[in-house]
Amino acid sequence: MMKIMNPKLNFISKSFLSLLCIGFAQQAVAQFDMSKASVTGNIETVAQYLTSDSSINAFAPEQKAVMNSYANINYSLGNFRAGVRFESYLPGIAGYPAFYSGTGIGYRYVAYSTDKISAVAGNFYEQFGSGMILRSYEARAVGIDNAMDGAKIEFNPRAGVRLKGVFGKMRYNFDEGQINLSEGIVRGLDGEVSINDLFETFNDSKLKVSLGGSFVSRYQPGSNDTLNLPYNVASFGGRLDVRYKNFYINGEYILKQNDPSINNGYVYNNGHGALVNMGYSQKGFAVLFTAKSIDNMFYRADRTVEGNQLMISYLPSLNKNHTYNLASTLYPYASVPSGEIAYQLDVLYKVKRNTLLGGKYGMDVNINLATAFKPVQHTSDVAFDVDRVSYASKPFDKSDSLYNFDFNIELKKKFSKKFKLTATYLHFIFNNDVNEVTKLAHGYITSDIIVFDGAYKINKKHSIRVEAQGLFTKQDKGNWTTFLAEYTISPGWFFAVMDQYNYGNPIVSSRKHYPLGSFGYTHDASRFMISFGKQREGIFCIGGVCRPVPATNGVTFTFTTTF
Amino acid sequence: MKKLLMILTVGAAFGFAFMNTNADQDSEGKNLPAVSIKDVEGNAFNTGDLENDGKPMVISFWATWCKPCKLELNTIQEVYQDWQDETGVKLVAVSIDNERTKNMVKPYVNSSGWDYEVLMDVNGDFKRAMGVNNVPHTFLVDKNGKIVYSHSGFVPGDEEILFEHIEELLK
Repeated sequence: MMKIMNPKLNFISKSFLSLLCIGFAQQAVAQFDMSKASVTGNIETVAQYLTSDSSINAFAPEQKAVMNSYANINYSLGNFRAGVRFESYLPGIAGYPAFYSGTGIGYRYVAYSTDKISAVAGNFYEQFGSGMILRSYEARAVGIDNAMDGAKIEFNPRAGVRLKGVFGKMRYNFDEGQINLSEGIVRGLDGEVSINDLFETFNDSKLKVSLGGSFVSRYQPGSNDTLNLPYNVASFGGRLDVRYKNFYINGEYILKQNDPSINNGYVYNNGHGALVNMGYSQKGFAVLFTAKSIDNMFYRADRTVEGNQLMISYLPSLNKNHTYNLASTLYPYASVPSGEIAYQLDVLYKVKRNTLLGGKYGMDVNINLATAFKPVQHTSDVAFDVDRVSYASKPFDKSDSLYNFDFNIELKKKFSKKFKLTATYLHFIFNNDVNEVTKLAHGYITSDIIVFDGAYKINKKHSIRVEAQGLFTKQDKGNWTTFLAEYTISPGWFFAVMDQYNYGNPIVSSRKHYPLGSFGYTHDASRFMISFGKQREGIFCIGGVCRPVPATNGVTFTFTTTF
Repeated sequence: MKKLLMILTVGAAFGFAFMNTNADQDSEGKNLPAVSIKDVEGNAFNTGDLENDGKPMVISFWATWCKPCKLELNTIQEVYQDWQDETGVKLVAVSIDNERTKNMVKPYVNSSGWDYEVLMDVNGDFKRAMGVNNVPHTFLVDKNGKIVYSHSGFVPGDEEILFEHIEELLK
């Protein structure tokens, strides 16, 4: 047929065909209702030019310039979602774990969800209950990403009932652009029931009750010359949440079967995790109490791995998340998964307006007390030669051996429409033998920290904020001060200078300054920032954004955008 | 050759089709992703159900440990009543506090006297779906449920720019 067509006709027919195609394609696309489609995502790039400064333990790599970069793209159309994340570490920025390298796809998934059911294939993050039994999450700034790779199904058969099942391997590292997964396979089931939603009679009850239960198992084959390793290690537990008006109490208990691993010296002890939260809050007043007991709770997707990788269980420390530089960077407490018993008490109180202390606008008072102790390990009745169980322990059976003590009080007061002041006092007793952060001290390091943080609004667009901090200790590196001034112009610019000074170091030659300057610009959902100077690790808040950063000496360029 | 032409034609056709729809989409903004998280009372909540009766809605990601976030939400609280009276806007404060600090959310909201709807994104599912890098990050949603503006970070004065964008939606 084509043969008899003259070239002109041929062109016309092709054009017609094209038009037809456009029509069909538009039709096809319309059937998916493309107006309901959306693409969301973000990009983050951190590039550094580093120079060595041995006095602050900052060492430049051979490459001198380093970069981390991430791009997330999510596509959704009706009930369908899919996404991918590109990652680059060329090589990774200062202090970033070396097991991230190269460029590649670090995460990808497809998902389908309706009101009753949702299914994900590929990578996903998940948390059961408080996360003690299973939490797969991303904390990019500190280099944690234990994304699952497999499948997840969530089923809500009726209001108030939620069932989840996960099956997969965990992300172990990102080596030259390739993901390596755990040897172990993680399987989990979780169910949650809200009594108030399930039974109509309780729908409007002021007493709200929900219960949940989880079961997680890890399969990993293994051989050992002397030990008979369990291939399947199960962990299970339940949780209860009760609320009545302004009161709440909730708790979770997890039991882990014997899981001989490199973390526990291949002992066959069972492990446990117990968590109780309770509190009361009303306008202007709240009190919260948390108690936690954990023992032998290293639970990973591979029994031979240490460090931060492949953790199935999530065991955060029980203390305030400090953000002031000296309070967060020098003696930060981290929980001890092999065993600890910890308590925390918080009191929030608002002193009323038009009182002596409250003044015109009132004053906020926050008091926080956190302690952690070593558990008692009973060794009298064990027969280690027979069953390799090294000790017996009970929940909340604490010893007098202190792991951490943290008392802090914060007063926040607005003096006028333009001026606000926050004063904070903190007292730490930090056990450096348990969480080693310095080689210069042994045992307990006692420190006192005072912070004044004042913010002044010059006019509608210009503001200035000044922080003065002091840390006082007779141990380790002695006393420190930090001074910070930040100037912001809405909506775009910010400028900041900071200096940390170790003026009280017992070694005179180590009395160093850590100056750091930065500026940046924000346009809608995009921002860039350039910092230059010396930086310690910690949660760093500047120009309106917080993120944790490692120690560096040099220039750091950060760009983020959301689309 | 013929095959190549055909592929090009069909490819171009689909390209045009998508370009057109994308153009439509850009003019209207993006939809909110539907992700299952919880409200501050612990009840399951689907983010696809977020709406404000055809009026503008602000979605602000924050955390109890984030000072600029609290500054932003406390600043807006002072003028929130006026904003609501003038525009009918609703603010949804999505906390990304994880297990370690999530119990502080309700007491903090209570003691600050916030009138916002508060959601809990404990494992960052909504944050990831919305493409948030760092907190605070604030989105503005129009009467059709489309995201029309977003802003990263907060410095004093930014609240007025957000309000200008809210007012623009009513024009």
